[in-house]
Amino acid sequence: MTSHQASQSKPARSAPQRRGSIRGRQGLAGWLFIAPIILILGLFLVIPVLMAAWVSVSDWTGRGSPFSGSVNFVGTENYSTILGGEGLIGRDFGTSIRNNFYYVVLVVPLQTALSLFLAVMVNRQILKGRGFFRTAFYFPSVTSSVAITVLWLFLFSATGVVNKVLSFFAIEGPNWFQDPRGVLHILLGVVGLDQAPDALQDPAFLGISGWEWLAGPSVAMTAFVLMAIFTTSGTFMLLFIAALQNVSGEVQEAAMMDGATGWQRFRRVTLPMLRPTLFTVLTLGLIGTWQVFDQIYTGTQGGPAKTTLTPAYLSFNSAFVDQQWGVGAAIAFVLFAIIVVLTLVQRWALRERDVPRRRRMVPAGVSGGSSAAAAPGIAAPKDEKRDTH
Amino acid sequence: MKTAHPRKRLAVAITAASMLALTACGGSGFDESAEEGGEQTQATDAPVSVLIGSSGDAETEAVNTAVDAWASESGVEASVIVASDLTQQLSQGFASGEPADVFYLSTDAFAGYAANGSLEPYGEDLENKDDYYPALREAFTYEDQLYCAPKDFSTLGLIINTAMWEEAGLTEEDIPTNWDELSAVAEQLTTDDVVGLGFSPEFQRLGVFTAQAGGGLVTDGEATVASPENAEALGYVKQMMTDGVAAYSSDLGAGWGGEAFGKGLAAMVIEGNWIAGAMTNDFPDIAYQVAELPAGPSGQGTLQFTNCWGIAADSDNVEGAKALVEHLTSPESQLAFAEAFGVMPSLQSVASDWSEQYPDLAAFIAGGEYAQNLPAQQGAADVLSELNSQLESLESSEPQQILESVQPLMESVLAG
Repeated sequence: MTSHQASQSKPARSAPQRRGSIRGRQGLAGWLFIAPIILILGLFLVIPVLMAAWVSVSDWTGRGSPFSGSVNFVGTENYSTILGGEGLIGRDFGTSIRNNFYYVVLVVPLQTALSLFLAVMVNRQILKGRGFFRTAFYFPSVTSSVAITVLWLFLFSATGVVNKVLSFFAIEGPNWFQDPRGVLHILLGVVGLDQAPDALQDPAFLGISGWEWLAGPSVAMTAFVLMAIFTTSGTFMLLFIAALQNVSGEVQEAAMMDGATGWQRFRRVTLPMLRPTLFTVLTLGLIGTWQVFDQIYTGTQGGPAKTTLTPAYLSFNSAFVDQQWGVGAAIAFVLFAIIVVLTLVQRWALRERDVPRRRRMVPAGVSGGSSAAAAPGIAAPKDEKRDTH
Repeated sequence: MKTAHPRKRLAVAITAASMLALTACGGSGFDESAEEGGEQTQATDAPVSVLIGSSGDAETEAVNTAVDAWASESGVEASVIVASDLTQQLSQGFASGEPADVFYLSTDAFAGYAANGSLEPYGEDLENKDDYYPALREAFTYEDQLYCAPKDFSTLGLIINTAMWEEAGLTEEDIPTNWDELSAVAEQLTTDDVVGLGFSPEFQRLGVFTAQAGGGLVTDGEATVASPENAEALGYVKQMMTDGVAAYSSDLGAGWGGEAFGKGLAAMVIEGNWIAGAMTNDFPDIAYQVAELPAGPSGQGTLQFTNCWGIAADSDNVEGAKALVEHLTSPESQLAFAEAFGVMPSLQSVASDWSEQYPDLAAFIAGGEYAQNLPAQQGAADVLSELNSQLESLESSEPQQILESVQPLMESVLAG
């Protein structure tokens, strides 16, 4: 036990000397050891990405190698086609960004809140049959997304179970997957605003009018939103449970002794300690929701009236179906840029601000310990900050 | 940051160099296969692979039988691959330089592949090329060259639920021959639970009305989406929908017209000959009858759909592939396919045999005389899907406005 502890704490303490010794044979050995994975990643990740980058600035038609002599460099032509909002593909791209934007805005907060809520619930000692509930909530995540999509199409059909249940409450459910009306448009219609005001009729951004941007997710997309929340909150619940189990009982007890109520303990003690996990969940959520594809491909193929078209599906469709490989690759890179930018924004928003020490309810040591354990693989913002100094 | 140690730099350089080498290998590999193809003209013994998008076991079985028969006759090895996603698998094949030799090719994808040189233009060499329906030949002609042999075709007809027809007091005499009669019978057939006429929410069905009105999306190479004929046709459809005597299958809670018909949600639907198979398999208890579509202001009109047997320019055995296609499009093969999965032969000389054999479906092949093709220029499929997305809300929008918003899109497709 003691030797184990010693070996664990050693690297941190003797880091400066170790860094020096890399000059020796160990450095070469290190490179040798990681060479296989560099080769594999290079072959199956870096090279394809570079090839795709080349395709996105070329006029490759999908026949033979993109590096053959007949393929020309066309600069940013493909990018300006989709970002200029001109022509059909530009408008389709704008529509797909609009659709996906509402999908992300709804899914990410809701699934995070729900998974946190579920995690807190099934983490309580008092709950009987915790194992059962954990399994039950996690189950949708294990099932294939294609199978769930088929199930969803069935549940939300015009005469499906969901509408049957709604009819018990005298609500006439919509024909979910066939209804292209935007939810916000429906709500605006209730207050009598069912036509676009003149100011919102012209193309505003990416070839779509302001009125179209304000459509909100269509009824069909809402069904997908519900599905995403249903399937992913189980996975993220698992992450939160892991993090919650790292919050030591002593901290809770101490807070209790200070007279904190249940809600205060959650808000001021538990939640700050979950920050690294929250970051993980939000990041994974953002990436996953911007890349939504399977559901669209197996479910609606972008319909009804293109309201479930997403950039990922549009990229696939332009490349494989329309033979517009350059445009398809360009869409994929724009999507990549969106994800990177949003992740950075989110990281900035969740950064640990310099709170005066006396206002903190959590000792710094405990918080640091939990972050390392709770978010394996993803560096907590706090740790990052420490490294850069 | 401190400068990297020389050895570290060396290691990075080695890794980078080896990666570049790998790229180079990959690159030249692709090049080779792309250059090799298309130049081979002599018959070889290279095996021929056939990629099909099958509608089911019956079709797979029939194609397998025909291909096996040719293989044992010619001595060239041939195999059939059933694609799970034909478009994607074809694209993958062409991009890698190792495409299937022979494949189903839809009119949607045809122009794109013809333009980028993926297809072998063998159509003009076919012995029976003059026997194909002219409209089918036109569908697979690119820059005045017939590229590939039309495999078979389907047209749209009016499918009538005979039980409901009799219940509404209608007889054989009442089968509609013009628009007025059509809306009249649709009204008579409409009840609380059943709508008179149903169709899938797409131009691939509604287009029959524009054809009957003398319109079309493209006329003599010009975009005519916003023509008064088309507006009149859509206006007529919209009127029937507003009157509650016609509806989209999606609004009825069905995936397509055939399903709405089979479930008894619509008394009549506009569908193609594939409905025969669907009815036999899924709804064997429903009695139905097929009639020719009624005439509009400008006479009879319907739409036709077709595929051809494409041959890859990069095929290792183009001559063998051609011989195989000759065999697959022979009258005997076409009649065998018709029997197996209900398609109509693309050869005019076989049409009368076919009608004799399937008198119940004769209305479909009669439509071949006046059927229109949908526009198939590169990019036209996207314009069609844009049109379809707007047609979904036809009931609440102005037909002319829909058509006018699609007109410039079609113009740009034809221009580019």
